[in-house]
Amino acid sequence: MNFTVDGRQAFGYTAAHALDPAKPTVVFAHGAGLDHSWFGLQSRYFGYHGRNALALDFPGHGRSAGPALATIQKMADWVMRLLDAGKLDKASVVGHSMGALVALECAARHPQRIERIALLGVAYPMNVSDAFLEAARENRQDAYDMETIWGHAPQVPLGGNPNPGMWMYGDTLARLARLAPGVLYSDLRACHEYAGGEAAAAKLQRPVLFVLGRRDQMTAAKAGLAFAHKVPGAQVVQIAPSGHSLMAESPDAVLDALIDFFRG
Amino acid sequence: MAAGPKYPGFDTLALHAGQSPDATNGARAVPIYATTSYVFRDSEHAASLFNMERAGHVYSRISNPTVAVLEERMAALEGGVGAIATASGQAALHLAVATLMDAGSHIVASNSLYGGSHNLLGYTLKRFGIDTTFVAPGTPENFRKAIRPETRLLFGETLGNPGLEVLDIPAVAKVAHEAGLPLLVDATFTTPYLMQPFAHGADLLYHSATKFLGGHGVAIGGVLVDSGRFDWEKSGKFPQLTAPYAGFHNMDFEEESGTRAFLLRARREGLRDFGACMAPMTAFHILLGIETLHLRMPRHVASTRKIVNFLSSQSAVAQVLYPELPEHPDHALAKRLLPKGCGAVFSFDLRGGREAGKRFIESLRVFSHLANVGDAKSLVIHPASTTHYRMTDADLTKAGIGPGTVRLSVGLEDTEDLVEDLARGLRAAQK
Repeated sequence: MNFTVDGRQAFGYTAAHALDPAKPTVVFAHGAGLDHSWFGLQSRYFGYHGRNALALDFPGHGRSAGPALATIQKMADWVMRLLDAGKLDKASVVGHSMGALVALECAARHPQRIERIALLGVAYPMNVSDAFLEAARENRQDAYDMETIWGHAPQVPLGGNPNPGMWMYGDTLARLARLAPGVLYSDLRACHEYAGGEAAAAKLQRPVLFVLGRRDQMTAAKAGLAFAHKVPGAQVVQIAPSGHSLMAESPDAVLDALIDFFRG
Repeated sequence: MAAGPKYPGFDTLALHAGQSPDATNGARAVPIYATTSYVFRDSEHAASLFNMERAGHVYSRISNPTVAVLEERMAALEGGVGAIATASGQAALHLAVATLMDAGSHIVASNSLYGGSHNLLGYTLKRFGIDTTFVAPGTPENFRKAIRPETRLLFGETLGNPGLEVLDIPAVAKVAHEAGLPLLVDATFTTPYLMQPFAHGADLLYHSATKFLGGHGVAIGGVLVDSGRFDWEKSGKFPQLTAPYAGFHNMDFEEESGTRAFLLRARREGLRDFGACMAPMTAFHILLGIETLHLRMPRHVASTRKIVNFLSSQSAVAQVLYPELPEHPDHALAKRLLPKGCGAVFSFDLRGGREAGKRFIESLRVFSHLANVGDAKSLVIHPASTTHYRMTDADLTKAGIGPGTVRLSVGLEDTEDLVEDLARGLRAAQK
């Protein structure tokens, strides 16, 4: 579904349903360089099970017009304006990686509108190495290679994809190939420079779920767990075989964790 | 610059991509899941699978765990987003066409094609309202000139039939993309070992897996691979992928899955409705072949080079058509696109016409006379006395085949035995 936010086209996947303000809403916020379809299975489930699903494309990603937003705070405020455009008063936010930081910031900045947040593949601080940032700044192929290889568990290239016939590395590379120059760098820098995590965590008043991949090479589960311990009452689900791309690597386990969380 | 992470090499992917050791029993080899269907955990699980909210298998016409290993492995070897294995290479070509177009659509294809593909495009699909213009592939501009408003696909073979014309994939892909169209290539003769067409700009490819991928002449199969790089939405010519489809829950495949749109419709509609799926036993056979592709192809090519050199030196041979020879029209292109070799299937022209061809074939002892290529065993066929025997010499010439044209598929036997066998045939041909 297309929206207009800040005078530019913005897209949110709604699982072929019209948004109904009377229903609870789950926003899905993707990670650096990716788009709404990264949450394909999970967002579809919620869209067909009594909720508004709104899997967004951040500006400059997927079907949303650019330019990309430079900070996590700006992304969080943009999510709120997207909700306004959809005439949705409240929502829960499921965020992955960069999107998890956005979800965190949404909950901290707009507690009256955010009901629950689920943070997938998250760590704080979300440091990005100089080599990765530099490669992305120069729009070099090795930046996409780092995103792809570190973005999955080590066994992924030698293992099977739960989604029959699909090659996870190829899918990630194809998505990144569609990005405008500079978008991946903008996203990575936003993650790297985000300094509001602990302050945001201290403000959280709503239920929080962490879903962490035990074999995450991008945001190590150990770091995610340490951050989760700073959030009082946070629930944590660790998925043993999964790397950073939890929704693709362990789609059913992620969906089950989300179903339990939203049922609670 | 700091060294970045490294992808597994081709040889490793050929052995491992797509398969984890079996979680239940620890089987290292790919298990053959000889099952039509899969037990649902409960009603909700069943509904979620049908509505594509969960990953998994429902019915083996749509997907099967053994076949999925082959699909993922081929996608890995080709650098695609995914693949669909089919009942044959012809089924893969049909699946690609049927996914992308309707009656009234048009294809621009190379005229240097496998005969079965030529039949499908030139005759059979025409009956269903899909028209094809065939062009000489040596001049990429020919493709551009043949594009019409209703054109939806450009198509060629990485190495054409029968003259091994090398498709200038970068140039033809440029023509295609400037017209908002995808380029599909048949990569059967080259395999991903010799060339990865996506790296040169192709958008879709398929293989007759019956040939070098399986490599042992025991299974018929095909595989269709998508690069995921073609932007169907931006093209605006493919409502099949970018508009709600009543035939599948009003799904807009591109909106639903982005880079996976083509494969999603090809699997969920194409396999569901046309049904040309691959059997798990076939996938197992082809996977066994792929595990040694990186060992077999260099040997195929090395033996072919020796045989090409031998035949080129024989007075009984009028012409050898192999792109590594300087006199081949695509020699320079082959050096650029196929540095590892031009495969192991090629043709040569015997002096003496049809009768010489017959005598040659019938005196061979190691080469097997049959209609296939890409086997571990060496194969030979004389089109003028077999596949094209009804055609006059003049008609043969129009098809690029001479009365003395012989096609070889060079196998993995001792190369000296193969040369000796061919020498015997040449002597018989000249009697």
